[in-house]
Order: sequence, then structure tokens, then C-alpha cells
Amino acid sequence: MKNSLKEIVTGFNSLITGMRITLGQFFKPIVTVQYPHESLKMPKRFRGHIELVRDPETGKPKCFACKLCERACPSDCITVEGAKLDGAKKKSVTEYMLDFTKCSLCGSCVEACRDGAIRFSREFNLASTSKEEFVMDLFKRLEDEAKENPEPEAVQPAAQSPAPPSEAAKAEPAKPAPPSQTSK
Amino acid sequence: MTQFISNALKLLATEPYRLLVFLVGMLAFVGLNAAYLVWVERKGAARFQRRPGPTEVGYAGLLQPIADAVKLMSKQLIVPAGADTTLFRVAPLLMMSPALMSLAVIPFGPHLAAANINVGLLMIFAFGSINVMAIMLGGWSSRNKYAIISAARVVSQNVAYEIPMLLVVTTMVMISGTMNLNEIVQQQAGAFWNWNVFRVWINPLMPVTFLIFYTCMLAETNRAPFDMAEAESELVAGAYTEYAGMGFGVFFMAEYANILLGCALGTALFLGGWQSPFWILPGVVWFLIKMYFLVFSVVWIRWTFPRTQFYGLLNLSWKILIPVSLFTLILSSAMMKLPAMLKLFHA
Repeated sequence: MKNSLKEIVTGFNSLITGMRITLGQFFKPIVTVQYPHESLKMPKRFRGHIELVRDPETGKPKCFACKLCERACPSDCITVEGAKLDGAKKKSVTEYMLDFTKCSLCGSCVEACRDGAIRFSREFNLASTSKEEFVMDLFKRLEDEAKENPEPEAVQPAAQSPAPPSEAAKAEPAKPAPPSQTSK
Repeated sequence: MTQFISNALKLLATEPYRLLVFLVGMLAFVGLNAAYLVWVERKGAARFQRRPGPTEVGYAGLLQPIADAVKLMSKQLIVPAGADTTLFRVAPLLMMSPALMSLAVIPFGPHLAAANINVGLLMIFAFGSINVMAIMLGGWSSRNKYAIISAARVVSQNVAYEIPMLLVVTTMVMISGTMNLNEIVQQQAGAFWNWNVFRVWINPLMPVTFLIFYTCMLAETNRAPFDMAEAESELVAGAYTEYAGMGFGVFFMAEYANILLGCALGTALFLGGWQSPFWILPGVVWFLIKMYFLVFSVVWIRWTFPRTQFYGLLNLSWKILIPVSLFTLILSSAMMKLPAMLKLFHA
């Protein structure tokens, strides 16, 4: 009798505790990310496809078409062309094609680049119905980006600065960037 | 024109038309509530799990119930081969109509009840028992093993929980001396400590009585954690497995109508019905606030507790709820007769 009464009381207490916890959760903010409307910002060390880096001073691509990345690539997915513009000391890149269908994201190109002119992007919303969409024109992509956002962000060597974990959890409005916009 | 309107209103206030207006209103009330309680349930579930819930159809997903209803109505009503066609078709209606009829005696306000009859409480419980039979018939007639298991479970569960429920209600009837719900509410006039839950001077176990009533209400309406009839993880959809389209839709609506009825009854019996605790706002508003608070706690409980095991469910009823409710019945009757007994001793 005494034991069963005790059981009723402790059981009831545990029920109340459970309900208090769920009510606490009820008033806390939502944690899920509503994917098509918003998506997670990837951490800094995320390995997306490579992208060209803009020089923060000139706003032009840092790349001067030395073709080291092209040579470093084990699966031949990079094609770089450059030309010497009038009055310039160095060559500058005029074409930078990435065949992402062959890329294994090994990072040899980023490692080979002496000037930090290419880095991993944080793009992961890549989906398409045709294979051709994944042959990306990175030079054009950079120019499009420069039009949208003329202030180039500070160059951060992606492989060296680990992202604080809080940044990865932050949600930002998704910018749907289907490959059709970046390729030709 | 105004003459015509006032005449029409006078005509509507006379007896047969008044009832008709009330019943149409009740149908609309139940239909709207059944549809939007689904939305409340989904939103509530989402918030308890820290998700946003339905957001796509209309603002905050408010048109979701309409989309669901259209979807259900556009589906074919399939009667499985070998099923008892008549019973299969009748079962959803048998579940919906008692809930609708019982709402007729619920006093939403001092003068807002379709039928202010003396045996309102008795009527609700008489009709309430039909709902068990409806699920049983639905499960049995659909010729499906899951449905039959569910039907058997529903019957044993509802029989087990009807007893403490009725004992508790008998206690309430004894205390108030009437089965007229409106009079029961009127007796709880004054401040909130006059509500039946808090009237511990009549019976110190009054809050416990309310808890027993609430638990039994959850079990009678087959709500989690007592949702043995529709245990998705074990019995597909229980008694509703073979129902398609609006057959299922009516069952679903009836379930919410029953929850609404149970919460309205709990409000009237224990929480002072349309009595306002602060002497502001009309009684109807207070009735709805209290009722929806109970509805919210039904959702709250569903998303807090896991489903009980079946023997746990029956143990709870037979070993705890029935003895305790019997004890409260005896205690309150003893306390009612105590002054008379003391007088007898002194004389």
C-alpha cells in the first residue's frame, strides 16, 4: 500500500516534469532550417568546387594564368587561358574552365597555387538535369559575382582558418545558384 | 426591411426554429473546430519539437485544413472486398453523430445552449458510449487483421475507462444535485475558488477527481498516450486502416469533435463553465478560453508522453483510477452527510 502510493506520487511527479520540459521547448525558437527558403551557411573549411579569388585592391582576379593548377590536377579538369593586357606587367586570366564532373575535390590545385588565387567555394546547392551544366566557367562566375557584390571580401586562405562551429549553424537566406547561371 | 429582419429574428427565437439554428451553428462549430484542431495539433506538435509546422498553404499554413479536406473529398470511397458494406459505411457516421448530438446540451453561455434539458449529463454519457461501438464496428467490418485487433483494444480500453469516468461524474452529480449542465455551472458562481476543481471544502480530493476525469477523457477519445486504437507503429492506422477518402475524414473529424466535447464537458463540470473569474468579458469567451486551454493540454500531453503499453493502460484504470474514484465518491458522500450525522449524535 505504502509502496504503491509512493509509486503514484513519484510517477505523477515525473509526468509533471516531462510536461514542464516540453512546455519549455514550446516557447523556444525554431531550430530547423526551411531548406528551399533558407539554407545553412557552410563552414569555412567546406570543400565545394574551386573558385577564383578576387584581389581586394583591384577587384580583378588574382590569377595570372600560370597554369600550375592545370598541371597539378590529376584528372585534367581545369583549363586556364591567359593573356597579357596592354600595359600590364603580368598576364591575367581570360578563361578558367572547370569540368566538375571529373573533379574529385582532391585540392591539389588549391595546394599548387602559389598566390592563393583559387580556393574552395562554399557552394553546395548544385543540381542539374544535364551533365554539361557542370562544366563551369569560373571566370564568368567571378565577373558575375563582381557585378553583384563590387566589394571583394577579404581573402581568407580557406584551408588554414577553421570556422568557429557557431558560424556553421547560422542560417542565411538561400541564394539558389543553379549551375546554369555559372556555366555557359 | 428592418421590420422583416426583426420578425425573422423573432421567428428564429421560437422553439423549433431556435433548435434548428442552434444545430446548424453546432455543425459549423464542430466542422470548423475539427478542421482547425488538426492545424492546431500540427502546429503544436511542431512547436514542441521546435519546428515551424505547416507554413506553405496560406499564411502560417492556415489553409492547410481546407487543402486536406479537398484532397480527402476527391478520393474514392473504397470498400474492401469481403467487408460488411453496410456496417463499413455506417461506422464513421455512428462516430460523428453522437458527438454532434451531445454538444447540443453543452452550455456555452448563460443562455447559449441548444437544449437546456434536465438530464444533459446523462445524455452525453449515453451518446458517448456509442462512439466505442462505432470504432468497433468500423474495425470489425473492414475485414483486416489490424483493424480487428484495434477494435478489440478499443472495447477493452473504453470499458475500463468508462467506469472511473462515470464514478467521477456520479460524484459531481451528487455534489451538485442535478444533471442539468447549466445548473451545475451556475452553482460554481463567484470567484474562481468556487469552481469545482478548487472546492476542496466539499471534498479534499477535488483536484484529483478532475485529473481522473481528464485522464479518462483522454482514454475515451483514444488520444495519446492512450491511442491504442490508432497505434501507428503497431497497427498501421488501427480501426481506420481500410478507410479511404472522406470515410477516414469523418472518423478523423469525429475524433476531434469528441476531444472538443470532452474538453467542453470538463470545462462545464470542473472549471466553472461560462463563469468568469475576473468579472470581465462575456461568459462565452471564458468558456471558450477554458475549453481551448484543455484542448491545448491534450496536444501538449500527446507530444510529451510516449504511448503506454496495453497492460499498463488497463492496470492504470483497474488498479488506480477505479479505486481512487470510488474512494472520492465515498468520501464526498460522507462529507455531504457529515453535518446531518453530527446533528443525529447530538440529539
